[in-house]
Amino acid sequence: MKGYILRRLLSLIPVLFVVAVVVFLLMHITPGDPAAVILGPEASPDEIAELRENLGLNRPVTEQFVSWFGGVLQGDLGNSIFMKQPVLQAFFEHLGPTLSLAIMAQILAIVVAIPLGILAAKFRGSFLDQTFMGISLLGISIPSFLLGLFLILLVGVELKWLPVAGYKPLNDGLWNHIKYLILPAIALGSMQAALIARMTRSSMLDVLNANYIKTARSKGVKESFIVIKHTLRNAFIPILTIIGHTFGTLVAGAAVVETVFNIPGIGQLIINSVERRDFAVIQGSVLLIAVSYVLINLVIDLLYGVIDPRVRLGRK
Amino acid sequence: MQNLLTTEQLNSLKSEMKKKHRDLLVKRFFSNKLALFGSILMTVIVLLAIISPFFTSFTPYELDPVKRLQPPGAEHFFGTDNYGRDLFSRIVNGARVSLIIGFAVAIITSILGMIIGLYSAYYKKLDGVLMRISDGLMAFPAILLAIAIMASLGPRLENVIIALVIVFTPSVARTVRSAALVVKEQTYVEALRAQGASASRIIWLNIATNVLSPLIVQATFIFADSIIIEAALSFLGAGIPAPDPSWGNLLYDGKTVIFNAWWMTLFPGIAIMLSVFGLNLFGDGLRDLLDPHTTKAKK
Repeated sequence: MKGYILRRLLSLIPVLFVVAVVVFLLMHITPGDPAAVILGPEASPDEIAELRENLGLNRPVTEQFVSWFGGVLQGDLGNSIFMKQPVLQAFFEHLGPTLSLAIMAQILAIVVAIPLGILAAKFRGSFLDQTFMGISLLGISIPSFLLGLFLILLVGVELKWLPVAGYKPLNDGLWNHIKYLILPAIALGSMQAALIARMTRSSMLDVLNANYIKTARSKGVKESFIVIKHTLRNAFIPILTIIGHTFGTLVAGAAVVETVFNIPGIGQLIINSVERRDFAVIQGSVLLIAVSYVLINLVIDLLYGVIDPRVRLGRK
Repeated sequence: MQNLLTTEQLNSLKSEMKKKHRDLLVKRFFSNKLALFGSILMTVIVLLAIISPFFTSFTPYELDPVKRLQPPGAEHFFGTDNYGRDLFSRIVNGARVSLIIGFAVAIITSILGMIIGLYSAYYKKLDGVLMRISDGLMAFPAILLAIAIMASLGPRLENVIIALVIVFTPSVARTVRSAALVVKEQTYVEALRAQGASASRIIWLNIATNVLSPLIVQATFIFADSIIIEAALSFLGAGIPAPDPSWGNLLYDGKTVIFNAWWMTLFPGIAIMLSVFGLNLFGDGLRDLLDPHTTKAKK
């Protein structure tokens, strides 16, 4: 297991390096002078020159990268020009709502999708199965922000059941907190749920036909025990993969859904920064999200090793 | 010697077999009802985008403040927006924007992904470098990377295409590479190499032709994803600049008046949904047809 962990950790180094290079280059692919773009058309040449100096844009690109990268390694992501505060601080101030939303969407998706996937696999080819799978195909075709808008139209404008905009932190009471996040979480979680349900169904089907399941049945093991203990455990690796690989999509999707529901999270931070051309904030946020995506996938890869010993022993 | 065929006969036999094979594929495609439905849906959307400007009496930019926010009716099929512009012609024009972007991105990523994928499958040293770069790019969630690139390049149609090409090329390259690796190990490729065929001849004449099926299938899904991301980008204000009609811009306008004018959100939304749904069905059908081994539940 130690060797496996070490190999996975080493393989992260080139990926993270490429991530850093891409994020660094984001500011440099701007057509024209980034400093002029940041300050807008009304800035005087002196102001532009001063900002160029502050951002270090007059130095050679490789030198800029080394100093930027050095800062990143020490946790310094630069300062927001408009908010006059370190990017890291701004990011963490906005992280709460996004994380709450992403976690709620993920829980919702798992709670709905895994039982449905199991049922669909158990009753393969039935009306139930076909209905679930049809709905899930539709679920994949509706982008989350669009579903959010539809939910606002239906639940917010027509039925008036739930608030359609805004955010209440956890300090305002649990129900208040959840109430504002229900619609966004449904919007964000449904594509996730569709993917997980389809994956659960197909990997359950693979396992349900295996010989050891037949053996268990012929021994007279209870069917519910077979499904949960024998099948689900072995079907869990592909399900876990989907959950892990889509986590990044979920956080990025949260950023878009936040805009629909006016939730003050990372998404709004990034979108506001795009409008103001506040590059440091965009770079820092994108970097942090990509790195956490890589790390989450690392954790999931290591979990494989725990669930399935073949993974840690077999692979080179 | 008499029962041997002449080259001519052999060629005609070959082309006949090819035709039969093609007929079989076409027949199988049409027997897949969902795929057929998907392709009909796409054909209707494409046709609408091309011919309807000749039929509507309104241009997508024509302002008419007196007729602001009119609900759907006889004169304005889908109603009007908050500037009194005809929503139907704006949606149809938005379809053209979405289709241009989706098509351009699918084609360009296919070409680039094919070149990168084929060469990294063939040359081991290149493979290490190229695949690490693609791993790095794939660590970014697609929408987020697209937003970040658009923030640097500025909102323009061409830039949306560039951003999406950067976002999607790595995954195409990976697909091509993994298909090419399988082909590369086959005996006939080894035989060609032994005969002294040049690397580029093997890559382009023998390997490339065998990775086309998965490539085409993936291009369809990228088409659909591009439509979604363009809509999201424009909705967030980082895509196609206003007042040009794109589905994302229409949704952005619609959101400001969502409590008064449901049609401004519903109709563009349905347009996006139908085209993505159609493309997904079409892609699923193509995959079942061209590549029966892959599991259906993958996407």
